[in-house]
This record gives sequence, C-alpha cells and structure tokens, in this order.
Amino acid sequence: MTSSSSSTEQLKINVDFGGGLEILFDNKRSHVVSLPLRVAPSSSDTNPTDPISSSTTESATADETRPTDVSALIDHLKDNVLSDRKRAGLFAENGTVRPGVLVLINDSDWELEGEGSYVLKDGDNVSFISTLHGG
Amino acid sequence: MPPKSCALCNVSRPILKRPKTGQQICKDCFFYVFETEVHNTISEAQLFRPGDRVAIGASGGKDSTVLAYVMKTLNERYNYGLDLYLLSIDEGITGYRDDSLETVKRNQQQYSMPLKILSYEELYGWTMDAIVSEIGKKNNCTFCGVFRRQALDRGAATLAVDHIVTGHNADDIAETVLMNIMRGDIARLGRCTLICTQGEDTIKRSKPFKYAYEKEIVMYAYFKKLDYFSTECIYSPDAYRGHARVFLKDLEAARPSAIIDIIHSGEAFEVREEVKKTQKAQQTCKRCGYMSSNDLCKACTLLEGLERGIADAGISDKGKKKLEASGPAPDSLRKIPYFELPGGPGPAVAIESVQQAPPQD
Ligand SMILES: [Zn+2]
Ligand SMILES: [Zn+2]
Repeated sequence: MTSSSSSTEQLKINVDFGGGLEILFDNKRSHVVSLPLRVAPSSSDTNPTDPISSSTTESATADETRPTDVSALIDHLKDNVLSDRKRAGLFAENGTVRPGVLVLINDSDWELEGEGSYVLKDGDNVSFISTLHGG
Repeated sequence: MPPKSCALCNVSRPILKRPKTGQQICKDCFFYVFETEVHNTISEAQLFRPGDRVAIGASGGKDSTVLAYVMKTLNERYNYGLDLYLLSIDEGITGYRDDSLETVKRNQQQYSMPLKILSYEELYGWTMDAIVSEIGKKNNCTFCGVFRRQALDRGAATLAVDHIVTGHNADDIAETVLMNIMRGDIARLGRCTLICTQGEDTIKRSKPFKYAYEKEIVMYAYFKKLDYFSTECIYSPDAYRGHARVFLKDLEAARPSAIIDIIHSGEAFEVREEVKKTQKAQQTCKRCGYMSSNDLCKACTLLEGLERGIADAGISDKGKKKLEASGPAPDSLRKIPYFELPGGPGPAVAIESVQQAPPQD
C-alpha cells in the first residue's frame, strides 16, 4: 500500500531452458520472471568482504545495491524458480551457471555480452541450455 | 559489450565466441565454418568414397541429430555421392528411448532419410527394462554397451551399409581419453582418439565430429532450431564418466583449448599402439557368427547368463565358473540370429587389440 509505483520499477525477463535443464524447472521451457531494477550486492562476489566491516556500514546499503544483472537472475532462478532442489547443482554453483550450461542473451552467446555482469533490460530474453545430456 | 562486427565477414553482428579460437563470429559465418570444418575432417581422413552406403547412428540426442543434418548438407553441397540412412537402436527403456525414438522418427521426415530401428527385444529377447528388473542397476551398462555395439553392426548389415558414423564429439573423445588415463588403460588410449576404426572383420565406424566442440554442436542445433531430445538415460548414473565430464568442463572453462590438447595427448599414444597390435586368427562366435575373440561372443555369453538365471556369467570369473559348473547350454537356449557381414566373409587375419572392445557408448 506504500509502494504504488513498484510495478513500473520491475524488469520482466523472458527465460528459456533447454537441453534437459527444463526438467529442473517444473518441466517448463519458458518462464517470465519479474526482478527489481537494483539488487543487493552478490553474496558470492569474488572479493570476500569482511563481515565486521559490512555490518558496521549498514547506513550505506542504498549505495551498495547494483543494477540487476544476469548473475542476479541466476540467483533468483536458483532460489525461487528451480523446482528440483536436490539437483540445483546441475544448473548453478558458486554464483554462476555450472560449466557446460550455455547462456544466450537475446540470442547471443553471453560470453560476448559480459556474462554475469550483463545489466538486464526490461523484455530481455535469456536462454539456458545444458550440454551435459547424452547425444 | 559485443564488438562491432564479425571477425570473419566484418559485416554482421557476432552471436558466438568460438571456444577453439576465441573468435567472435556471426550466425552465417558460424554455420559456414562449422560445416566446413566437418567437411575438412571428412576429406582429410578420406572417410568416404562415392557410392558408399552410410548409416548414421541416431539416438535422437543433440550430437546425432546435428550429425544427420550436417551429413545431409555436406553430401549435397560437396557431392559426396553417399546413400544416407538413419539407424537407431531401441534398448527398450520406457520413458527414455521410446521418447527419443519419436524424435528420430521426426528426423526421418525432416531429413527424408530411410530409418531402421532395431530393438534389443527382437534381437536378444530382452529389453533393458527386463534386464534391469532381473539384474538390478549394477552391471546393466555392461549389458547395454555390449548389446548396443552388436546391434548397431547387425542393423548396419541389414541395411547393407559400408560405414557407420556416430555423433561422438571432441568433448566426448577428450573425456574418454581422461577416463582411460585414470584407469591406466594405455592400450585403449590411442585407439579411442582414432577418427575411424575398422577391424577387417567389422563394419567401418567413424566420428566426423571428432574435432567439433560440444558447445558449437549445441549452438548449431539452437540456431538451426533442430529438433532433438535431451534426457539422461534413467539407468546410467555412470558416476565415473560424470566426474570426468565435470572435470573436463572445469578445465575448458579455464582454458578452452584443453579439449583439443587432451585429444592430441591421446593421439600421441597411437604410434605405440600400432606396435601393440596383435595379429590373431579371425574368429567368429560359434553360436551366432559375430566376430569374437573367444568361442562365444560377449553378447552370447551375457545372453546365456540371463537366460539361465546366472546373470554375472558374462561379467565376472566367478559367474563364468558358476555357469560352467551348471552344465552345457541346453539346446532350447535362446540364440541371437546368425550374423553375416554384407560383404561376405572377411579376410583370414583380423587386426585387433588384444583386449575385448569396451562397452563404450
Ligand atoms: Zn560473419
Ligand atoms: Zn555370439
């Protein structure tokens, strides 16, 4: 009731799964997810932050948010969309996709787009395809 | 930020970073280089002759689906003059192979290639489902591997083909090299990197995707919107291969050339293997006529064990002794149909590694 404008501050992202990954996501290939424009800094950032210093700078949290990127999308999918929790490791580990999972952002190899640090725009299409299943 | 233009044509927007070279290329250039590299692999190894009848071992999965598509494309583009067939083995695994065979049947329509499906049930009288309910999930991959290998040869003989091509890609081969190293199996190490294997008494088999990276195969299928099936076999938690695969993917993430480097390492053992080749009198299975290094081929031994309720007869020495102790095979024993190569009997000398062929998929 306090945030009537929040609907305009969400990103709608079209997510597709393929190569068998859809099995981990309710057997659905296509999902639409809503994400906020900014998210908290990633807990799995490469530089380990000192827990004491981070707890003493609570007032600075607003500045510490980052624009929602593909890493945030991966975290969100893993925490909120994944249905087969026992096999979460087949999708993501250590804050990124598991090696062998290909990612395309708007039909382009994510390695050309900055991988996890690509900042999402409303309406972006992100595909995750596993290469690990037999051929 | 994507670079302005494709490294090859300098015109279009790149859509892929090639794992082999790091080049950033556009969709059309990607299709062209992928296909051309497979063509180069085929022509450098002189895999085919005009008029050859070639069966594509088709599982409905990504590799064989892309292989069928690319073989058809190259056959037309470069006038190979091949008669192409799809050959599928139905192991009889409910919820896995039955679904993937539906994909192969659609491929048959899409690529207009004749399709032959040969089932374990018609050949051996046992589906994998029945085998697993008899023996459990412990050695079922041994049965499946031996039965599939022979079934492919028999299917190929039925089609009177000269040659079977399979979708094994560079990642698969590197993975097998790693596994052979970890098992200390040096004899098999060089052999597993060969693009083409042909004992004089077997149908020629080759791997046109030997140098094709899995990433590019999957990307090719994605951009061409090819129809493939992807589910893990429900009976094969091949843990060892799984670990090798994860290890390889981690290596590749750190250095993409790792895959080709490992294949080259395996190839370096090839020379040694030439020396190890033994010449031995050609032998065929006394019961079914399939090539064998013993009186009975591996499939006949496994089948007899199943039929007589001593399933480990073809697995362990203990099982073998148990079978021998229980007397000779009864006349009523189920037999695999007699096998004949389409080209008639082979030459008198077979060149083959001493070891029994592994149940490699
Ligand atoms: Zn180009
Ligand atoms: Zn036999």
